[in-house]
Amino acid sequence: MLSRTADNIYWLARYVERAEYLARILEATQRLTALPLAYTGSTNEWESAVATAGCTGAFYKTYAEANEDTVTDFLAFSTVNPSSIRSCLEIARANARAVRTALTTEMWDVINGTWLDLKRFGSGPFTREELAQFLRWVQEESLRFDGSAYRTMLRNDAYWFSRLGLLIERADNTARILDVKYHLLLPPQQHVGGPLDYFQWAAILRSVSALTSYRWVYRESLKPWLVADLLILNDQMPRSLASCYENLVRFLDLIGRAYGRQGPPQRLARAIRTRLENSRMEDIFQKGVHEFIGDFIADNNRLGSAIAEQYLT
Amino acid sequence: MAAFDEMRGLDGNVRPAYGFLADWLDGVSPDALEQRRREAELLFRRIGITFAVYGEAEAQERLIPFDVIPRVLAAPEWDLLQRGLEQRVKAINAYIADIYGAREILRAGVVPEELVFQNPVFRPEMNGQRVPHGLYVHIAGIDIVRVDAETFYVLEDNTRTPSGVSYMLENREIMLRLFPDLFARHRVAPVENYPDELLATLKSVAPSTASADPTVVLLTPGVFNSAYYEHSFLADKLGIELVEGRDLLVKGDIVYMRTTEGPKRVDVIYRRIDDDFLDPLAFRPDSALGVPGLMSAYRRGHVTLANAVGTGVADDKAVYSYMPAIVKFYLGEEPILKNVDTWRCRDPEGLAYTLDHLEELVVKEVHGSGGYGMLIGPKADKTTVAAFRDKLKADPKNFIAQPTLALSTVPTCVAAGIAPRHVDLRPFVLTGRDRIRIVPGGLTRVALEEGSLVVNSSQGGGTKDTWVLDR
Repeated sequence: MLSRTADNIYWLARYVERAEYLARILEATQRLTALPLAYTGSTNEWESAVATAGCTGAFYKTYAEANEDTVTDFLAFSTVNPSSIRSCLEIARANARAVRTALTTEMWDVINGTWLDLKRFGSGPFTREELAQFLRWVQEESLRFDGSAYRTMLRNDAYWFSRLGLLIERADNTARILDVKYHLLLPPQQHVGGPLDYFQWAAILRSVSALTSYRWVYRESLKPWLVADLLILNDQMPRSLASCYENLVRFLDLIGRAYGRQGPPQRLARAIRTRLENSRMEDIFQKGVHEFIGDFIADNNRLGSAIAEQYLT
Repeated sequence: MAAFDEMRGLDGNVRPAYGFLADWLDGVSPDALEQRRREAELLFRRIGITFAVYGEAEAQERLIPFDVIPRVLAAPEWDLLQRGLEQRVKAINAYIADIYGAREILRAGVVPEELVFQNPVFRPEMNGQRVPHGLYVHIAGIDIVRVDAETFYVLEDNTRTPSGVSYMLENREIMLRLFPDLFARHRVAPVENYPDELLATLKSVAPSTASADPTVVLLTPGVFNSAYYEHSFLADKLGIELVEGRDLLVKGDIVYMRTTEGPKRVDVIYRRIDDDFLDPLAFRPDSALGVPGLMSAYRRGHVTLANAVGTGVADDKAVYSYMPAIVKFYLGEEPILKNVDTWRCRDPEGLAYTLDHLEELVVKEVHGSGGYGMLIGPKADKTTVAAFRDKLKADPKNFIAQPTLALSTVPTCVAAGIAPRHVDLRPFVLTGRDRIRIVPGGLTRVALEEGSLVVNSSQGGGTKDTWVLDR
């Protein structure tokens, strides 16, 4: 297929995933800030949200202070921020329009419909209820898009590039959540923090829709080292780094087989997955969660570049 | 002047082809019709059949208004049109080949030389240049009007990048969804095979050095082009790649496209980019839309461009006036489709006549399109006419004049109910190596304002589905 088409499909998937991720972050932050300070500690949660979205630099160019109004505006509705929910959906739709022939009717219908509906939301100001509704809507539309891709696309290279985009973005997003909150993710020996952090861990899990899953996997009350385990190493959990990489390797292999050759993307993905497979939480804590995640984010970006260089240009 | 209404003629009696439709329209409630109209609009928007209008500040996406009342042609009417179209396009191809070849028609003095050589779209690069299978215009859009039951006029030939066929196809799809009862009562010739015919045509004109299954692509200027929807629609239906200039590269005078598996050879390019922007090494150097080196590959015969470079020599309004002579010259036949009387303002008599009768005539720029830059004498106020007179005197070579035709009308949904509105027809004529293919009907364009004669979508015109009834 045309490189540019593959590029558009790849980024279309990334932007839709990113929009959903931002919606989850904002929703989780809204919940957290609704709790009395005694339960959440003294962190500026809105500032954390911006950090989790990876936009701190850009944010402070536009706003002096991180609070509910400025952050929701910047992350959800801003036309100035290219990574706001609104911008993500606009770019996604533009990408989709550029490669309509590669999408199924259902996929186009969802993404175009989402874009048309987006206009109706206007630019605020929004009440908390309206914001909550908006965030719900974004997540639903993202699910519909993913679902329509999964259910209607032919299993060929177009589909696989779409999955690659989604997975790279998802891995990056999960890693960022962990990175911002790493100081909360403590090994079993340390008992500093205690009950105050419960709501923080719950918020992390909520933002990857894993709160209930946690209990089914571990059958225990929330423990920070298990939260870390769930999101990094557990391959049952669809948003975990391990799960993302298992699938990245799989789809890159399918592409490699279809095209009759393997390259740097396949090798790199396998290397990263192997590292995850061979890791144990004890070792990660020893090295330091923050360092581990930092390395992972860099590797993930490297894989993105390798894919772009091999296939998308 | 009273216009010929295609449903009720001039005497008010319903013409046979419209029999059932007339009854149906009498019986249908305005609400029911309005509801289907709104449904159609919603469908168009959800499918994304929109376009951008140049020069609009916001460049919002707009819909071309679609009117749900079809325009109906009887089989004998279409037979006549079909024969006339084939004849005309054959003559056009012969003319272009001659202009870039032996120039017999110029030697014979049938067409003045300056008309050809001073035409800005004449491409000296094409002099003596062979094209695959000697064909230049693979896809033509011939605009047809009528003023009575018998006579069809060609209003304009479009031989460069004619557009509108996607609307023809989508209109039919939507009509099938909205009015299954009407289709059950009429035997409407299908149009859905147009993409197949087009693909067969394009493959047939691949260079003889191409493989047995030639690779065809559609070259688009990109998403900001006003006709982008049609480009993506056609590429999708044809099952071919939709490429932009940057997706192609030329190496060793062969054209390749950039794929995820590496470069892949391209044999036929259905190009929807003007000559000017095709190749920055040959034409406009500032064009970011084209492919550097494309003309080298083209000159070596390694790739077919549909339509060929330089076909604009056949579709300006001045050459139009010579078309009957052109048909006679190459085919030795009387033209089946009439030309509208045309006064050429480059000729002193033509200019004099035009200036004398400015309020009665339609005056058009020779190289204009989209209905811009023209004067409709009978509708214009004194100031507009005076201003136009000055324009005309300043550059007479740039204009032609034609009588104001009372274009035929067809019942159309308007605010007050159903009323006659002026229409034209654009059938699409495909010329392949093996034969000419024409899908029955074409795009009917309708001027939505009462009394307006301007059907162009860029100026607020709409479209209708065109039904050719099988015998």
